[in-house]
Amino acid sequence: MATPRQPAPPSGASQARSEADTPSSRIMRFGEAQPLILESGSRIEQLQIAYQTYGSLNADRSNAILVCHALTGDQHVASENPVTGKPGWWETMVGPGKPIDTDRFFVVCSNVVGGCMGTTGPASTNPATGQPYGLDLPLITIPDMVRAQAMLIDALGIERLFCVAGGSMGGMQVLQWAARYPDRVRNALPIAAGPRHSSQNIAFHEVGRQAIMADPDWRGGHYLAEETSPRKGLAVARMAAHITYMSDEGLHRKFGRKLQDRDHIAFGFDADFQIESYLRHQGLSFVERFDANSYLYVTRAMDYFDLAADYGGRLANAFLGTKTRFCVVSFTSDWLFPTIESKSVVRALNAAGAEVSFVEIETDRGHDAFLLDEPVLFATVRGFLSTAANGDGSP
Amino acid sequence: MTSGSNPRGHSPRVDLLVIAELVERGSRVLDVGCGDGELLKLLIDTRGVHGRGIEISQDGVNESLARGLSVIQGDADTDLIDYPDDAFDYVVLSQTIQATQNPRRVLGEMLRIGGKAIVSFPNFGHWSVRTSLGFKGRMPVTENLPYSWYDTPNIHFCTIRDFVDLCRDIDAHIEKAVALGAGGQRMTLNAPWWFWNLFGQQAVFLLSR
Repeated sequence: MATPRQPAPPSGASQARSEADTPSSRIMRFGEAQPLILESGSRIEQLQIAYQTYGSLNADRSNAILVCHALTGDQHVASENPVTGKPGWWETMVGPGKPIDTDRFFVVCSNVVGGCMGTTGPASTNPATGQPYGLDLPLITIPDMVRAQAMLIDALGIERLFCVAGGSMGGMQVLQWAARYPDRVRNALPIAAGPRHSSQNIAFHEVGRQAIMADPDWRGGHYLAEETSPRKGLAVARMAAHITYMSDEGLHRKFGRKLQDRDHIAFGFDADFQIESYLRHQGLSFVERFDANSYLYVTRAMDYFDLAADYGGRLANAFLGTKTRFCVVSFTSDWLFPTIESKSVVRALNAAGAEVSFVEIETDRGHDAFLLDEPVLFATVRGFLSTAANGDGSP
Repeated sequence: MTSGSNPRGHSPRVDLLVIAELVERGSRVLDVGCGDGELLKLLIDTRGVHGRGIEISQDGVNESLARGLSVIQGDADTDLIDYPDDAFDYVVLSQTIQATQNPRRVLGEMLRIGGKAIVSFPNFGHWSVRTSLGFKGRMPVTENLPYSWYDTPNIHFCTIRDFVDLCRDIDAHIEKAVALGAGGQRMTLNAPWWFWNLFGQQAVFLLSR
């Protein structure tokens, strides 16, 4: 098989590397007096959380919305990403006058534990050794990510969040927040998510992890110390994952069997088809900004997530007695978190007597629809947030 | 499965006011086929109920959300099974039963989920319908039944007397029934069923198990 075109020298790579320890965003540091106790029983003694805020916190601290990012997202939800130079990943949703209106709400978004944009993760420097953690960082789970976010929210002096919102892995965090801290979450908005990672989802993640670990430049996870990078493995992992974010119809509409820069097939293994070229581009641009070990950790966190299992196998138990108001959103063509996953959450919330709304948005853009320009999604989020529940008023 | 159109800002339809009167203050209400949420909003505003809705259309769900209501996009025929027994005091089916696949099963589910069920529907036994079919030989198109036969969501029309039979059939107790005349006025309470069946344009039933 022909190798993909050699990537340009890593312009963003050194920037990405420095973001892991010294991010160009706000940072909250927790000393040894406040370790993050992990679900595995291990602990992180010196936790660093990188975050961004937008808008301003009102006097009674009641207008804060925590936005949770997806697998490879970060804290730059509505501001330029320092590594890619691109707009924030949810610029369409978050900002002045946008559905999550920063003229009205104080928006907080933090990089997850295990990430690589300034929150403690495998690319961070291990204070015990002075070297990058690599695989010495204990495994992280979604509840661990949420516990770290709660430490940040505490440190910001916010008792109760007006809303916790997020898509995909972010939506898993929303569900975890609502289950774990029902009194701290007034509204919950999980989008294109589910209460667990399915067997198929775990399977795709395993393909990605194996691609990374099969790359000789991975060096058993010590590539940062040895100054290599499993670029090919990480790119392949991203390519495989990216397919699951789109739908067959959406891909067909966009690419079909169109050829790339040529009139007929070349009888070789170059990128003849536009879809091949597109995936290669996606893979290569991803390695510029993301850490391979972080990809291993964060995918594993998603795989381990099973909210019902933590509540005696019955999902409704996770929400018993909740006062949180929920709005669950799914997309018709999402096969990573199909509507049936969202419906299982809705069913559990109904069984728990929770106040829940549910919208299934018709689109052929697959899982990624939550990041795209989807007017119905915007209308849903705007409607949900702009009206307070049954008199449970402000802001 | 939206309830009949009623531009916002207008005074609520009489059948909705009748339903509101049947609902106890502060109770828990599930509105099945809640449309744009007009009835739910009315119930919350005037009766202080804890209201939830189910609506099949995306527009209806979004309009309801914009009113601050909790509404699930779903289908009365398939999604009621998700609710536990006795989850609500009232389950309302306003101008929707004729659009369900299986009205008998839906009614059964409603009485399982709620202690009481309130059903309102256009009466297919009204004289104008009979006239249209009997004399003109045409399917009726009226203010209450505005669709042509080929593009209607309504697949299971019934008359007031048919509905009474169904209630007997599933052992539902009829606690109250109100018929509304052509102008939306309430009809005399002590008239026999045949009279209501001929002159009632709409009917509202309060049922219990």
